[in-house]
Amino acid sequence: MLGRTYAVSLLGLTGEIVEIEADLSSNLPAFVLIGLPDAALGEAKDRVRAAAINSGCGLPNRKITVNLSPAALPKHGSGFDLAIALAALAAAGTVSSESIGGVLHLGELGLDGRLRPINGVLPAVLAASRAGFESVMVPTGNADEAALVPGVRVIPVASLREAAIWHGGEFEPEIVEPILRASAGDPDDDEGDLGDVIGNPDAVEAMIVAAAGGHHVFLLGPPGAGKTMLAARLPGLLPDLSARAALEVSSIRSLAGMSVGRSLVRRPPFEAPHHTASAAALVGGGSGQIRPGAAARASDGVLFLDEAPEFSPSVLDALRQPLESGLITIHRANAVATFPGRFQLVMAANPCPCGQYGARDSECTCPPAARRRYVGRLSGPLLDRIDIQLRVQRITAAQLRLAHEARGVSSAAARARVSVARAAAAERLVNTPWQLNSQVPGAWLRGPGVRLAPAVTASIDRALERGGITMRGYDRVLRLAWTIADLAGDTSPNAAQLGQALYLRRAMSN
Amino acid sequence: MAAKDALGRRGEEIAARYLASRGLAIVERNWRCPQGEIDVIARDGGELVFVEVKTRSSVAFGHPLESITPVKLARLRRLAAAWCDAHPGGHDTIRIDAIAVIAPRVGDVEVEHLERVF
Repeated sequence: MLGRTYAVSLLGLTGEIVEIEADLSSNLPAFVLIGLPDAALGEAKDRVRAAAINSGCGLPNRKITVNLSPAALPKHGSGFDLAIALAALAAAGTVSSESIGGVLHLGELGLDGRLRPINGVLPAVLAASRAGFESVMVPTGNADEAALVPGVRVIPVASLREAAIWHGGEFEPEIVEPILRASAGDPDDDEGDLGDVIGNPDAVEAMIVAAAGGHHVFLLGPPGAGKTMLAARLPGLLPDLSARAALEVSSIRSLAGMSVGRSLVRRPPFEAPHHTASAAALVGGGSGQIRPGAAARASDGVLFLDEAPEFSPSVLDALRQPLESGLITIHRANAVATFPGRFQLVMAANPCPCGQYGARDSECTCPPAARRRYVGRLSGPLLDRIDIQLRVQRITAAQLRLAHEARGVSSAAARARVSVARAAAAERLVNTPWQLNSQVPGAWLRGPGVRLAPAVTASIDRALERGGITMRGYDRVLRLAWTIADLAGDTSPNAAQLGQALYLRRAMSN
Repeated sequence: MAAKDALGRRGEEIAARYLASRGLAIVERNWRCPQGEIDVIARDGGELVFVEVKTRSSVAFGHPLESITPVKLARLRRLAAAWCDAHPGGHDTIRIDAIAVIAPRVGDVEVEHLERVF
């Protein structure tokens, strides 16, 4: 007798359909699981046997061989339990083989036969839908998440017994209390309003430019200048996620074991890892199961590195690949996982170890060598990829008093400007593979049809001649200028806007 | 005779009768050597069958087949070889079977026979 059904093995965000076959042979009782299971999956045989007995649909006293194919693909985790149990029951003739063959099963079994919710249901159901499955059976605790995938019929079940009854097993229904996932807070955290920022109009404008063009930002300034406050408000300036991005962000959340809720995540994520983070914590990793890191969780949102020089240099340089390609690829001996890495990077740093260098109101006590060493911890290649490099100052008592009279621009107003500017950029770039100014390569901006008149670029041409900026820096200034023009509603940047763009690049210049 | 030994005897008796009713010729029962004991040796056509019989009065402490461990099977295999050594002649094909007998004090007896378990 043979029972056959399907489940999904996740590697990064890509799911592969795994066929699960169970064979019942006339031999001494044993449960053999083959097809490269890891430790957690290898224990499935004990969970399945106990769950089957405690649900009142015991397995026969024969040898049950379960094969997970493709047999060469390494498989992880406990999400295969339900499929294994049903395949074994089908082999025993307890449930209908035909019925289980048409449904994909996900879920972990408890010893009492109840189904536990698992991580990564959203990407797994997505993979099932792409592979052409119409019905997916999931634990009740994952039903909301699975239902986010359009065009798939979700069958929520609370226990193995309920699943067996659905597939034609002749048992008395028994109501059990389903195991639900502990909800981990509201995914839409309050982001704070841009209007709360006092003074620093340059920095506020720079954040709007960053949001409009998708530019990476580096903020340099003394403690208390409002760097963290500015960075935390950037997600609030970004428009809602597109349908594709919403699905991807929700999938990553699901994979990372964070709550997804009843609807897709619509607001861009914000991740602020602590500076003691390891490379694996930042870009993702793990030896068995490859899990997404902070950078992947921040994809289509903002990755904020506060006190950037305190991060280990090798950890920061691990971000260079995703910054370049928008993809995070993690290589391990047995697999290669790919995660999206289209985050907008915001780094904040003090100008020196004591933090006071350049502040108007206090004295820096660091020797010049210590200061140089401190900022030097940020590698040149990394800084080179950051379009906006801005110096932020602490506000003065006078600015504080002024702020009571005129409140700054609110997040809602800024987001409206950003949306208009993004639409303008998208329209201009309609026949290209890019949507945002930050994605456009410099050669294209200097190419035919787009090239600016020499009179307009005179200021940055001169800076290039003098060695004030590099060729790469030149391209970044051009990109920023286009974003500033989009924000202003102009069809192409003028000389003043190029000057403003140059200003946004100059925090680090010596 | 202890109760468990009596149960075992009864089970072996039931198993032997069962095999005979299936058309197997019983060659020997409870053959002993220094390494242990073979419960039943029978002939099924051209095949020599070594049978391990496991008897329980109920399944409250597990099914009898579950108590036949790989170690026990390996010993049975060694015993089969020892029997063949002790009884020269053409033993081309042998097989090892297991029989579970569930024999409650009152009520019906259940026999389960698994062929070629090793």
